[in-house]
Amino acid sequence: MRVIKNKSIIDDSWSLIRDIENTAPIPNGDVILPLAFWQANRDELLKSKKEHAVWIDGSTETESLLIDIESFAIIALDFPVFKDGRSYSHARLLRERYKYEGELRAIGDVLQDQLFFMERCGIDCFQIRDDKDIKQALEGFKGFSTSYQAAADDAIPIFKRRKFK
Amino acid sequence: MYKYDNYDQAIVDERVEQFRDQTRRYIAGELSDDEFRPLRLMNGLYIQTHAPMLRVAIPYGLLSSKQLRMLAHISRKYDKGFGHFSTRQNIQFNWPALETVPDILADLATVEMHAIQTSGNCIRNTTSDQFAGIAKDELEDPRPYCEIIRQWSTFHPEFSFLPRKFKIAVSGAEGDRAAAMVHDIGLYLVKNDEGEVGFTVYVGGGLGRTPYIGKCIRSFLEKKYLLSYIEAILRVYNRFGRRDNIYKARIKILVNDVGQEEFGKQVEVEWKSIKEGVLKLEQKDIDYAKSFFTSPTYDNRAVDDNSFSEAKKSNKDFSNWANRNLYAHKISGYQAVIISLKAPSVAPGDATDVQMDNIADLSDLYSFSEIIVTHDQNLVLPHVKQGDLFSLWQALDKQNLATSNIGLLTDMICCPGLDFCSLANAGSIPIAKQINEKFDDMDYLHDIGDIKIKMSGCMNACGHHHVGHIGILGVDKKGEEFYQLTLGGSSENDASLGDRLGPAIAKTEVANVIGKLLDVYVRLREENERFLDTYRRVGIDPFKENVYASN
Repeated sequence: MRVIKNKSIIDDSWSLIRDIENTAPIPNGDVILPLAFWQANRDELLKSKKEHAVWIDGSTETESLLIDIESFAIIALDFPVFKDGRSYSHARLLRERYKYEGELRAIGDVLQDQLFFMERCGIDCFQIRDDKDIKQALEGFKGFSTSYQAAADDAIPIFKRRKFK
Repeated sequence: MYKYDNYDQAIVDERVEQFRDQTRRYIAGELSDDEFRPLRLMNGLYIQTHAPMLRVAIPYGLLSSKQLRMLAHISRKYDKGFGHFSTRQNIQFNWPALETVPDILADLATVEMHAIQTSGNCIRNTTSDQFAGIAKDELEDPRPYCEIIRQWSTFHPEFSFLPRKFKIAVSGAEGDRAAAMVHDIGLYLVKNDEGEVGFTVYVGGGLGRTPYIGKCIRSFLEKKYLLSYIEAILRVYNRFGRRDNIYKARIKILVNDVGQEEFGKQVEVEWKSIKEGVLKLEQKDIDYAKSFFTSPTYDNRAVDDNSFSEAKKSNKDFSNWANRNLYAHKISGYQAVIISLKAPSVAPGDATDVQMDNIADLSDLYSFSEIIVTHDQNLVLPHVKQGDLFSLWQALDKQNLATSNIGLLTDMICCPGLDFCSLANAGSIPIAKQINEKFDDMDYLHDIGDIKIKMSGCMNACGHHHVGHIGILGVDKKGEEFYQLTLGGSSENDASLGDRLGPAIAKTEVANVIGKLLDVYVRLREENERFLDTYRRVGIDPFKENVYASN
């Protein structure tokens, strides 16, 4: 599958498992698992796989990831519809408060015009919705040369950058 | 007033190009209706009954004459020669073509204006006191803080897809003219026991179909924590506000569900983690914002000009106007002039291109080129020398802008209603017309005195009917327009939500019923009592009886 990582299009080996019974056998290969499945099969997964990836939805308490946060190479954040903005808060909390340094991947209804906001919140990988042109989506990073606020991208807010008389 | 620097201008210019590209992709079929909707909404563009409606932001209601002239130009070039000033101190254009909207935005950008976040589920225009900077009862000018909030909230990456829209108001005076109690966040500048000025923070007020008065979650917030504290509120709301039901998605529902105390605790916990971070304001940051809101150079001889009181004695029309349409300025010899956009023949809040150009010229002549949009859908020239009032009045009168009705029955608040808005269940403008036709006797209106009629064409409550002394809500009953009346609402310091009078009434009856309510008031009022005061003293029963018993 192709994803955008650090503003370039790359081929990627990870596949997303949306639904799986907690009692099902562990899938082979590089898989992004639902958090509930990962937690239910935690010990076995830690033994059998080298790299770990989970996905969470907006209603997950960000804090419920903390105990295992160092195990994850990828945390995927679901945007079930464009207007559901909860995962923007997940992203900032994971980056800024919990110092997560692995990959944050946006999944779901991920389109060109959200990428600017997502990137500023600390998301660095984007699985663009299947029916959209991933190359065109790259334009989404280009809109603005500056931002008023600080966020996970370490920007200094404009009110601190202004030269005072 | 605030002046853009390179950063502000770059953001607004880049936004124009971004929206131009989004519009192009939509017209080319690369974006579906559903995909374009949140993009256009974040830019104040609604698809309405006749055409798109574009809402332009007027931060905290403050305009320069240059900006007002641009609004006149836009109404002339892209619309039908008029604009509608809204209860949120913005302006709406009802007839622009979609493909011209990027050009309108480009024109606006040349005068430091935009339509960013004037709709959609994001942080909207921060509103304030229409008499900020000139009111005698002001502790501190709230506008520098509005501007700090405006910048922080513009394209906020975390809070651009909230459960629902989010409105913040800041009041800096004893009298609350910003309706802060009915905002998602209401901030009051206050002085604590140590003499230090900060904010009292209210959260979860709002109108719409489930109206609430705001709840206090912090009685004193130091100024340096303004942004970190509201970021904490927004983060709790963004994470935990309901998204399953559009009617339960405002922060007021969350605050009510978890409780005022528990909500306040969650905010405090979140705030502790961020308060000393990059959002903390230093004194120089506040001073910078304040440097744009200094007083103009007043003429200290203005008070010596006696022509004003002479003219009042000799001209009754001028005297009537001066008694209703002026507001006392903190500098003696100066007055704030309220320009009524409620002439009897006009839809409340509408101004033509010619009127806008004229008001811009008059503000250059008489009021340091400043104009303010009020929550009551009028305009204010904030600093007029008393010696200039008579000439100003004459000039306004020529433009049908000198109706002496500020605060009176015909100074109604009115949404666009069924005539323009695709959400409306019933008309508002025809009701305003009906009221104007019935109550055309100025002496009667002056005798009735201060009364606020507020009217919305649907439950979304754009006309703030819940907080009208008399509220009028349009409802649809099997395809017919009916009107639900409420009594006793207020959006000021004594904020209250109106009580339902009884069953909704037919469209043709609205003005007659108002007449019956006023008859009760005239019969029962005590000396100097306003309609609202009488209502609060005697209760709803006598009013109910007079309206329904005779039917």
